[in-house]
Amino acid sequence: MNNSEPENLGAHSRRTFLKSLGTVAATAATAQVKSVAAELEKANAEKIIGPEAVPVTLKVNGEKLKLLIEPRVTLLDALRNYSSLTGAKEGCDRATCGACTVLLGDTPIYACQKLAIEAQGIEITTVEGLAKNQRLSKVQQAFLDRDALQCGYCTPGFVMSVTALLKKNPHPNAADVKHACAGNLCRCGTHPRILQAALQAAGVELVSKSEIVDYV
Amino acid sequence: MSSWPAETKYISHSTARIDAPAKVTGRARYSSDIQAEGWLYGMILRSKWPAAKILSVNLDPARQIPGVKAAVVARDGAFNIRYYGEEIAAVAGTSKQVCLDALRAIEVQAQVRHEFVVNENEARQPDAAQVWPGAPNAPATPRVLENGSVDQAFPECEAIIEGFYTTPVQLHNPMETHGNTVSWTDEGVTAWASTQGISSVRDGLAGALRIHHSQVRVITEYMGGGFGAKFGAGAEGVLAAKLSRAAKAPVRLMLTRFDQALAVGNRPSSFQKIKLGALADGTLHAFDAENYGTAGIGGGADAGGGGGGADIPMPYLYPVPNTRVKQSAVAVNAGSARAFRAPGNPPASFGMESAMDDLAVKLGLDPLDFRLKNDPGKIRQREYQLGAKKFGWKEKYQQPGRSPGVVKTGIGCAGAAWPAGGASPFTQGEATVNPDGSIEFRLGVQDIGTGTRTVIAVVAAEMLGLKPEQITVRVGDTNFPPGPGSGGSTTCPSISPTVFNICSKVLQQLQTQSGLADARGLNWFAACKKLGVSPLVVHGQWEPGLSADRAGGVQFAEVEVDTETGLVTVKKILGVHDCGLIINQLTLESQINGGIIMGLGYALYEERIMDDLSGVVLNPNFETYKMPGIADVPDIEVVLINMPERGVIGIGEPATVPTAGAIANAVANAIGVRVFSLPITPAKILAALGKVPPFVKA
Repeated sequence: MNNSEPENLGAHSRRTFLKSLGTVAATAATAQVKSVAAELEKANAEKIIGPEAVPVTLKVNGEKLKLLIEPRVTLLDALRNYSSLTGAKEGCDRATCGACTVLLGDTPIYACQKLAIEAQGIEITTVEGLAKNQRLSKVQQAFLDRDALQCGYCTPGFVMSVTALLKKNPHPNAADVKHACAGNLCRCGTHPRILQAALQAAGVELVSKSEIVDYV
Repeated sequence: MSSWPAETKYISHSTARIDAPAKVTGRARYSSDIQAEGWLYGMILRSKWPAAKILSVNLDPARQIPGVKAAVVARDGAFNIRYYGEEIAAVAGTSKQVCLDALRAIEVQAQVRHEFVVNENEARQPDAAQVWPGAPNAPATPRVLENGSVDQAFPECEAIIEGFYTTPVQLHNPMETHGNTVSWTDEGVTAWASTQGISSVRDGLAGALRIHHSQVRVITEYMGGGFGAKFGAGAEGVLAAKLSRAAKAPVRLMLTRFDQALAVGNRPSSFQKIKLGALADGTLHAFDAENYGTAGIGGGADAGGGGGGADIPMPYLYPVPNTRVKQSAVAVNAGSARAFRAPGNPPASFGMESAMDDLAVKLGLDPLDFRLKNDPGKIRQREYQLGAKKFGWKEKYQQPGRSPGVVKTGIGCAGAAWPAGGASPFTQGEATVNPDGSIEFRLGVQDIGTGTRTVIAVVAAEMLGLKPEQITVRVGDTNFPPGPGSGGSTTCPSISPTVFNICSKVLQQLQTQSGLADARGLNWFAACKKLGVSPLVVHGQWEPGLSADRAGGVQFAEVEVDTETGLVTVKKILGVHDCGLIINQLTLESQINGGIIMGLGYALYEERIMDDLSGVVLNPNFETYKMPGIADVPDIEVVLINMPERGVIGIGEPATVPTAGAIANAVANAIGVRVFSLPITPAKILAALGKVPPFVKA
């Protein structure tokens, strides 16, 4: 590709791609080629927002969060860097570690993979929104009781994934928990305790397998 | 000499982590969460060439981008690039997006060197490319250690095995990347660092910025894991400080996950050629080994004591009377190694414990009996016996490859030693006792997830007759009395005796001032009230006799191997570890679980892969660098050997050492052939079974 002629890049631009779509559609309809392309172009022009900052309103933990941010800002970036909600963590910024897991409605999502502008209008719950009146949620309490955390950096993500699971399925088994947490990574190796915590939060009785033995 | 109380209420029991509420609610502020007033985002431009000479860096186009507040070069003048990812420049701006734009705008003039080497075996060839101009070309002369007479001893052996056991470069991959928020004003530098050693960051920043130690304050309230890779200021810390100075604002500079794979440490690889022989009675008699590995651009040698070198302890746990060990480090165009959880020990355990099993099989011995015959560790002997019983070793063990069917089961075991450990005798701390009975401890140590805060609260509660929740603990600030770096399994044995010492002094002074014979427990508040209006501030330090060094353990593994797909499933791990005086059972077990799971990743999944043609790390993210997930984690059982007479020891390192060896032996036991190379992937299983040709690099 010849970089000195950036105009050539236009051959692959979104605009010309839409134009070509218009052509195909119009050919199929055997009429009005030019007006369809013009129509698409107009519709597209109206939808363009940014690249400069735009007003965005998020509903987070029951409160409105009004921001002025570029459209390319992710939900995670918006929470962590444009508000004080740093509970959701950035571990990879590419949908692989789950430290940024938040709930969009009742669905757990990677906040690093959602643009903030796309998350408007739906209730967002972060780990900061779980405890009510200083009381830990059932899941948070179970994580504390079972020591389901070490450095704690992945913990908000796991807590959110388990919370989402219990909303959908109040009586999960071990396989359900593993499935629900498949998108979360922990490097300290706290997984057995996370499994126990999730089951405790679901009301399952647990037996500890470890023991202390005196040397002498 | 002081001694720990014999009857305890909190020590050796389980106390929930005192910072768990902050961590489960998102209230805990990690270094990457710090939002200092007017903070800017920081980012690093890294080399896309594995070898080059940087001639000039033009930062002006970046500075002209709206929102960019500062841009600095990593080094002044022309300089050599020695690996893909080495720092060239850094920018600070009002948003992440602005910084990304700025990095793209920086103009770099470089002389690219097309000759470089990222593969250890290629780097050992006489005609290998130089890692940088002037770098030592040939591999270093091997360091040789010799005992007895190896060449005479081998002919005396009843059985001899030879194997080439290899381990890959492993990445630390803490969930929080390396980085800091740094504010450099005329008053000095404040750094909120994601570190395992606040003092090491202070000293490093002061040195690099040419300011006094007293002008640098480092704060680490919460940090997201380190595993040995997070000591010192790092290039990223120094760049953040320089950006802050230039921008006149605090700068938060956290590495990206990609950066993490390139530039901030790893566990060196090992290529162990082992020849091991035993006499007819099963006694080890001769050991001849050659090992090399790469620590990246660094050629460092020693790894046994906590460094990032490529040498490993050989023949590890076993005192073979006739030994010869040759070791050398190979430099390649890749980021330097750093200390990684029990440096040198997991590869040493894998190599030697694999050789032990292979020799046991050749001698027709049960590998466990063979170990009991040759391992001089008294504690490990007991651990093997206890573990074997709990694991059902005798009932489960069968000859290698005897498991019927397509999916075969196997068992294996391996031992660990952590020869270092012990305490930092320079550890200090202080406590403020208020007239209302509230008490605060301040130690310049950091909690990296091991439960350091909770250990302080548990020891203090025990000594003072209070409850752990009555103790306020502050750590992670260089304004507090100095504490140890959190590495080498030294934190718990450093801080526990220190808190003991502080508490003894608190009680002594409180009793003197209040006139009460015993200020503990029920008398606590009455005694404190007598302080009047002035709080009591007590300084203390580590004292001997309450902690010990060295720790070991043994682990047993049970696996299933699908001989058609090559997939290994670990069904069970039993860890039996000496724990000295247990401080907090709950957090201790968590650390052992964690060590085992990290060892499982080392055994089966983890490997940094370099591209020979571009010099880049090909798997610098979690979708291609595989770490164990919750579904990969087997049933883990832990037996804690309680030895209060030894005092406090650390557990972080020994817990991860034997796992890979135990799993590798279980795999060999299942399929009847040895996979000599970690990670034990399905492809290597199928190749070992002769079902696919072995992978040969083009």
